[in-house]
Amino acid sequence: MGKIDLKESSVTIRETRLGSITGFNGSAKELVTCAHAGTLKDCSRKFSQCMGCNAGHAFCQLSMIRDAVVVNHAPIGCAGDFFGFNFTYRVEQMKRNLPSTIGRYFSTCIEEKDTVFGAAKKLEDTVREAYKRTKPNAIFVTTSCASGIIGEDVDAITEDLSKELGIPVISCSCEGFRSKIWTTGFDAAYHSILRKLVKPPRKKTNKVNIANFWGSHIFDEFLKRLGYEAQYIVPFSTVAELEYISEATATIHICPSLSTYLGAALEQEYGVKEVKSPPAYGIEGTDIWMREIGKVLDREEEIEKIIKEEHERVLPKLAEYREKLKGKTAYVTAGAAHGHAIIAMLRELGLNVQGAAIFHHDPLYDNKDKTSDALAQVVNIYGDIKHYNVCNKQAYELVNILNRVKPDLMIARHGGMTMWGAKLGIPTLLIGDEQFGFGYQGVLNYASRIVETIDNKEFVSNLAKHSTMPYTKWWLDQDPFTFLGGNTNVENY
Amino acid sequence: MSKIIEQPRFSCALGAQQTVVAIKRGVPILHSGPGCSNKISSLIGQGEGYAGGNTIPCTNATETDVVFGGEKKLKDVIDGAFKVIDADLYVVLTGCTSDIVGDDVGSVTTEYQEKDKPIVYVETGGFKSNNYVSHSTVVNAIIDQYVDKFKNNEGVKKGLVNVFATVPYQDPYWSGNLEEIKRVLEGIGLEVNILFGNESKGIEEWKTIPNAEFNIVASSWAGLDIAEHLKNKYKTPYVHFPYLPIGAIATSKFLRQVGELRHLDKAKVEDFIKKEEEKFYFHIEKTADFMLEFRYGLPRRFYSILDASYSLGFSKFLLNELGILPGKQFIVDDTPEQYKEAIIKEFDNISEFRSAEVEFNVDAGSVQIEIEKEPQENRSLILGSGWDRDLATNLNADLLIVSVPVTYRLVLNCGYAGYNGGLRAIEDIYDRVLNTYR
Repeated sequence: MGKIDLKESSVTIRETRLGSITGFNGSAKELVTCAHAGTLKDCSRKFSQCMGCNAGHAFCQLSMIRDAVVVNHAPIGCAGDFFGFNFTYRVEQMKRNLPSTIGRYFSTCIEEKDTVFGAAKKLEDTVREAYKRTKPNAIFVTTSCASGIIGEDVDAITEDLSKELGIPVISCSCEGFRSKIWTTGFDAAYHSILRKLVKPPRKKTNKVNIANFWGSHIFDEFLKRLGYEAQYIVPFSTVAELEYISEATATIHICPSLSTYLGAALEQEYGVKEVKSPPAYGIEGTDIWMREIGKVLDREEEIEKIIKEEHERVLPKLAEYREKLKGKTAYVTAGAAHGHAIIAMLRELGLNVQGAAIFHHDPLYDNKDKTSDALAQVVNIYGDIKHYNVCNKQAYELVNILNRVKPDLMIARHGGMTMWGAKLGIPTLLIGDEQFGFGYQGVLNYASRIVETIDNKEFVSNLAKHSTMPYTKWWLDQDPFTFLGGNTNVENY
Repeated sequence: MSKIIEQPRFSCALGAQQTVVAIKRGVPILHSGPGCSNKISSLIGQGEGYAGGNTIPCTNATETDVVFGGEKKLKDVIDGAFKVIDADLYVVLTGCTSDIVGDDVGSVTTEYQEKDKPIVYVETGGFKSNNYVSHSTVVNAIIDQYVDKFKNNEGVKKGLVNVFATVPYQDPYWSGNLEEIKRVLEGIGLEVNILFGNESKGIEEWKTIPNAEFNIVASSWAGLDIAEHLKNKYKTPYVHFPYLPIGAIATSKFLRQVGELRHLDKAKVEDFIKKEEEKFYFHIEKTADFMLEFRYGLPRRFYSILDASYSLGFSKFLLNELGILPGKQFIVDDTPEQYKEAIIKEFDNISEFRSAEVEFNVDAGSVQIEIEKEPQENRSLILGSGWDRDLATNLNADLLIVSVPVTYRLVLNCGYAGYNGGLRAIEDIYDRVLNTYR
């Protein structure tokens, strides 16, 4: 686990780089203790359901750079996610008052003969055609299982094309089989941006990088008050903006699962300070985060003022919500860092979090700083979570658990999971915008949606009455971790 | 020039996972990379269904499996699937990783088949073909490896037909379309194995495939491989209607073709057609004044960016029943060479008086550039996909989303096939037209 090496053509996967895992069953405290001691072991499942891959997550970050295009060097099926990201791209353009533009994405359509004779020529033709059609300022070439196994030298091809076309043509190595942890795809995207786009700073600016998906712009006013300017990256940036993210004063993370590779690399290479506290979710978590911002941006006094103002504004309302939510139980399923955020928020609101199924776990991030561990912080502030399960989107385990636990509320932060709550008649909430729950106001935002969701039983109870269940009765009677091997802490729900 | 695709409108060979999902209580088991299923679902899988989407078992290939092979892992996942997933039919489908590395999926699966487990395997590595083609490959594999075991000696059942009309999920309206096609065929006295979706009796129905008196293919080319296969295997003859029948003219023609070729009771066929046409034209007559009088503009020309079956079906319908004239038609389904001539011929004779120009091109991005260059003299209707919104806006054209990706529409039982589908198409087209006025 050395420092980040931007000379490598592909990013080292999280399993190797961070020791990240996808299987664990025990308590949150045990997980954190093992992780910090470096003794965490992954366990594999004998039965598994389809997950997500690197390529989709790399594409997620590359597909909305406003003047770049993406060429996917793959069979046509890998391009199945083009439209979904194009849809997001366009919806978010509307929100930002940008003109409606279609995402320009191309597939090289690798076919059977290409797996025998190679597809280099095809890749060159596609990149040239993409250039001709769109005149972009950069072209990213994402790889696939097929291009990886047949051994295409995408890096060399893109180098040559860069020279030929006079714009950066950048390879992004994100073969689906490379990593069990699909968030490695984010790292792959950032690696390619850092390696080939980002330039050394010309000067330092008062900009602060907000590494995010495409969430709402909640930092504008806040940073303005502190004398800084928010710069939301990577989606909706331009190539020219990305070239100088090195000039920013600091980088803020919305979701460390997304962007700590980027944050750590910018600090290591260009001295852009990474805000290392876990993102601001929950009151105490927000206090901690605010104080670090104060330090990093040298605005400690002003931050104390804001904390005081916000406490006065938010805490009385929070008390009302706590009263309403008293005694309610919840179950969480989500990606790692954002899952920790949701858990913090629920417990801040006084809900009893009966358990969580979280998609993976990074023991420590690239900055190797223990204070960045959001789960450790949740355990510190609110105490242990007894049933903490690391489970990479395995719906069968989730259904089994929900069927036993029957919480008053399920919160999911990934498509395809909510229906299992609803089918069992459990009010279920999914909030897409990571920024929605951020900071002091975020706690209130979430609280109001939770109260509304728990109150709204009509739809789920009717759906539960009429739903089918593709899982066997046998399975629902088994221990939920029957297929999870190599774990000593199996405890029945 | 290589074949490249901007704006994909179909999936790879593994896309046939949706063919399995469309079978009642059928479940695919993927021996593939971890992201394949998700990517397929996101393009052609609106709605998870019974055991699609995130329920689909998958070996989630890793680097180790690519280096050392993944047969053991596949065995584990199959074992688990039988225990955990409550299904009637399990279909193992391979992805690129397994097919390039050369895992022997056949020998893994055969073990279960020998124990009479309801399981089938097919090599569907993404690079091998697309989902229009592999739909047939998968159906044929189910017939050979599963259905055939239950072949009884009762022989041909008079009046029983198997219908292959559309590729489920690739056709976003497959459910509604199949429902209507079953309804009209029952109307002329046939017993229909529709095989997919709610109107099918699931795997019990599949078991009677060999007993059919004949098969019906209502599609330009996808599905013909199944009918050919059944002809070779069980000597079942088939009737081929070369596009999706939309509206009264096409549906009546379809029913008469089936009736005549298979010598069905003519009176019964004509009686049903008469009743259906009366209903259909009652509505058309009712709205004829609107179509003739509406002064603020209705589309007078159409372009389609669709698969062959829909392209022909809609072209004939729009011209002959609504009087909208064909512009150039673009077929984006990677039609195999051997079928192109017949399709072009159909466009040559699109009506008694007219022919239409057609181009085969999978790269819809370049199709859009071509359409934008066309002189825009009057209001156009575009039959395309979610990708075509800006194109429609730029041309001030109306857009009906017929092809995947359909993201801007939510599809339940909407279908455009048959008499009812034709009416629905008219409602949907003019709904969009009228909606442009504030």
